[in-house]
Amino acid sequence: MSSLTFQDTVFALKRYWSDRRCIIQEPYDVEVGAGTMAPETFLRVLGPQPYRVAYVQPSRRPADGRYGENPNRLYKHQQLQVILKPSPADVIDQYLGSLKAIGIDLSKHDIKFEEDNWEAPTLGAWGIGWQVMLDGMEITQFTYFQQCGGFDLDLVPAELTYGLERIVAFLQNVESVYDIEWAPGVRYSEVRFEDERQFSKYNFELADVAMLWKLFDLHEAECQRLLKLPGVVLPAYDQVLKCSHIFNLLDARGAISVTERVGVIARVRKLALGVAQAWMKQNEPKIEAVA
Amino acid sequence: MSLPFLLEIGTEEIPDWMIVPALNNLQDMFQGLLDHHALGGKVASTAATPRRLILRAQGLVERQADIEELVLGPSKSAGAGAAAGFAKKMGTTPDQLRTETTAKGEYFAFTKRTQGQATAAILARELPNLILKIQWPKTMYWNGKGSERFIRPIRWLVALLGDAVIPFEIRGVHSGNTTSGHRLLGKPSILVTIEDFEHQLKSNGVILSADQRRAKIETEIDGLLAGRALKVKPDPDLLQTLVYITEFPTAILGGFDSQYLELPQEVLVTVMRHHQKYFSVEDANGSLAPHFIAVMNTIADPDGLVRHGNERVLRARFNDARFFWQVDQKKKLADRVEDLKNVTFQAKVGSYFQKTERVVALVKEFGGDLNAQRAALLCKCDLTTDMVKEFTDLQGIVGGLYAKEQGEAEEVWRAVYEHYKPVSMDGPIPSTREGLLVAFADKWDTLTSCFKVGLIPTGSKDPFALRRAAQGLVRIVVEGRLPGPIKTDDAQLSEFLRDRVEYYFRDVRGFAYDEVRACMAAGWNVLTELEARLKRVQTIRATPDFEPIAASFKRIKNILKQAQFSDSAVHASLLEPGPEFELYEEGRRTEGQPLESRIAALRPKVDLFFDKVLVNAPDPNIRRNRLALLQSLLTEFSDVADFSEIVTER
Repeated sequence: MSSLTFQDTVFALKRYWSDRRCIIQEPYDVEVGAGTMAPETFLRVLGPQPYRVAYVQPSRRPADGRYGENPNRLYKHQQLQVILKPSPADVIDQYLGSLKAIGIDLSKHDIKFEEDNWEAPTLGAWGIGWQVMLDGMEITQFTYFQQCGGFDLDLVPAELTYGLERIVAFLQNVESVYDIEWAPGVRYSEVRFEDERQFSKYNFELADVAMLWKLFDLHEAECQRLLKLPGVVLPAYDQVLKCSHIFNLLDARGAISVTERVGVIARVRKLALGVAQAWMKQNEPKIEAVA
Repeated sequence: MSLPFLLEIGTEEIPDWMIVPALNNLQDMFQGLLDHHALGGKVASTAATPRRLILRAQGLVERQADIEELVLGPSKSAGAGAAAGFAKKMGTTPDQLRTETTAKGEYFAFTKRTQGQATAAILARELPNLILKIQWPKTMYWNGKGSERFIRPIRWLVALLGDAVIPFEIRGVHSGNTTSGHRLLGKPSILVTIEDFEHQLKSNGVILSADQRRAKIETEIDGLLAGRALKVKPDPDLLQTLVYITEFPTAILGGFDSQYLELPQEVLVTVMRHHQKYFSVEDANGSLAPHFIAVMNTIADPDGLVRHGNERVLRARFNDARFFWQVDQKKKLADRVEDLKNVTFQAKVGSYFQKTERVVALVKEFGGDLNAQRAALLCKCDLTTDMVKEFTDLQGIVGGLYAKEQGEAEEVWRAVYEHYKPVSMDGPIPSTREGLLVAFADKWDTLTSCFKVGLIPTGSKDPFALRRAAQGLVRIVVEGRLPGPIKTDDAQLSEFLRDRVEYYFRDVRGFAYDEVRACMAAGWNVLTELEARLKRVQTIRATPDFEPIAASFKRIKNILKQAQFSDSAVHASLLEPGPEFELYEEGRRTEGQPLESRIAALRPKVDLFFDKVLVNAPDPNIRRNRLALLQSLLTEFSDVADFSEIVTER
């Protein structure tokens, strides 16, 4: 078969996981560095409630920007994130099935699971897992969450994070992500190149450092205020995400010294742990609360 | 009848480097189980792939032998009531008791018979615990909170004693006689017996034997390169990794555009080895060839898709490397020193900028010339380059290559290039004096500054690899012939270094442990000088007079210790003529002569002294003088070694 477009790959994966009883969510609308940080993962993995969800998450990493000049590196890439809580016993078979669903004939390729444990100190989170290698290329991060927000998890979720640009560039056999066919006749560069160029310029050269520090302080204070109030865990978590993104921006601007760095990470971590505690205290979170 | 046993623990992919230690641990524990429960039998073999640990044993009994033991009860004189109580406790009736006569009188007794249990029952009870007790560096849980931990989720269990399944369960996974084949090449569910297990797996895409997998990879590499005037760059560690990340390894040959050969070989090899797990290939002259060997975990690459995919990934990696090389050149190393303020060396210790300042000062203090000081200034600057951020194991090497490119003197760039050496116990140390000094100063600074803030290795925990740093430091000083002492006011660090020095001379250099201890007791801070003394003592030890005199020294030390005596001022007037005076005279006569000849001369005098002279003389003055004579002997030799530490036959 001819290879799928970028958007058809996304459709195929969403359909595949929808058929396996996942809620299909839309991307979270606050800047995040990875799909893990969206509340659909960070908060939903906590507590005893089973949950299954899949969503594309545009993930912003200011320091990875290359002004659109590097064929493989992006300031903002797209992850397809799947959370299966609790992880089913045949989770790896289900995962391999998803690769078939996007047109990978496994009998003609080489798949390996190589040790790669994941850790996010700012989220008090870590897990055990692998990078899944397809013909020598990492296509998915596969993690069994163990802790999140400092809590041992009641049910161990499997987290599958597909790097969409890499996978599709591979399937379409193009050397640069910008040459990916996004929709029939439309290239990735036509959709995204300008973001990469402009945001690289902003992140590395123009972002107002003093303003960012001020914003960081404001969002931190707002988070702390909200954490003292009942029933506003989700707005409080948005403030954590804001702080985290601002930290990444400051980092890309080279505005954080060694001594400051440890302290700032600790500040974000403290907020994230506070939110996780507040979430755990809430009784039986209802699905409507996020949807 | 003796029975064979087979255990297979089926899991999701276990990290390659953990597999062999876990197998050994499993083997030891299982043999312990057989022995403890007297089940007979020996572990016959173990095997593993990333998805399974296998243990086979032979010669197990079907059930334990019955045991008879005589249990003594109350004294006969205690009467019928006591006898009845004892009988009840033994689960019998008083008429079954017998009388046993001992030295203390007559007692009720009972011959208790314990019936042996079926081996299958014992194994069914013990195996779940044994499996979960296998030691791993890091474990996980995969069911609910507080549930079993293992390296990765357990997905199936095969446990057979002869033809029968040993039934047990680990959180929903029941043991049986069903295994699972290769994820892509085999069936997910295969009925097996002990006899056909290996064969069944083979026909389902799993080569059970690590040796066979290794041999397959090696043979195929030879086949791929045959007739091409190319040879593989040998890499036993990489081979071991590939053996344990595959169930059915198959080697393929790939290539890359020779334009990338313009990049330093170090960079290309690192990308291939560490990031892609490829073997590098060399031409007949030993230069890198534009080829690589990848090992798949599947049977074939019929359409060349796997080769194509791997080549594509490698091209992207090489493009990255080339991009980093070009970008990094825009800012010279020398202009990056300030940037080190933003690179953390260790959170409690500070930045690499501060470390650099200290290392430069140390190099200067140890007599490093301007080139050595320049190298010290530049040595950490590559930590700010994109190349090292991406390929961290190239730190130092990249700095050296950039320094060379940017016109630094050879003494400078080579020292930067080599300053992380030695990277392993038998890896080379830096090849130049400048390199040795920078490497020494870097490691010395790491040790002193970490110890200062309490980052001290304990047991198996050594997160900052300080043992390796200290071991490297010792090798640099001894083998690089650096003359200065290694000395510190930090008592803990001093003890730590002392251990490393002892380990080096004993386990790496092979000096006898008592020689090392004896020589180190006479001082160990100047390592080249310690090495010279060790060599001398090793030579003298082979001479016939050595052992006796060492024994005498031990005796002397004990006498002095008992007397709590340490004065060495001998008064000649108090010496008794004969053996005592002769020993004194011989000591004076040979003063200044080399150790080797003094030992031969003094030995008969010492022997005679101990034979004829009573050290513990009644007159306290004479006694004190004799002790002083002995002390002076010890002292005169103590700058070479403390010979009382030598283990002797006498």
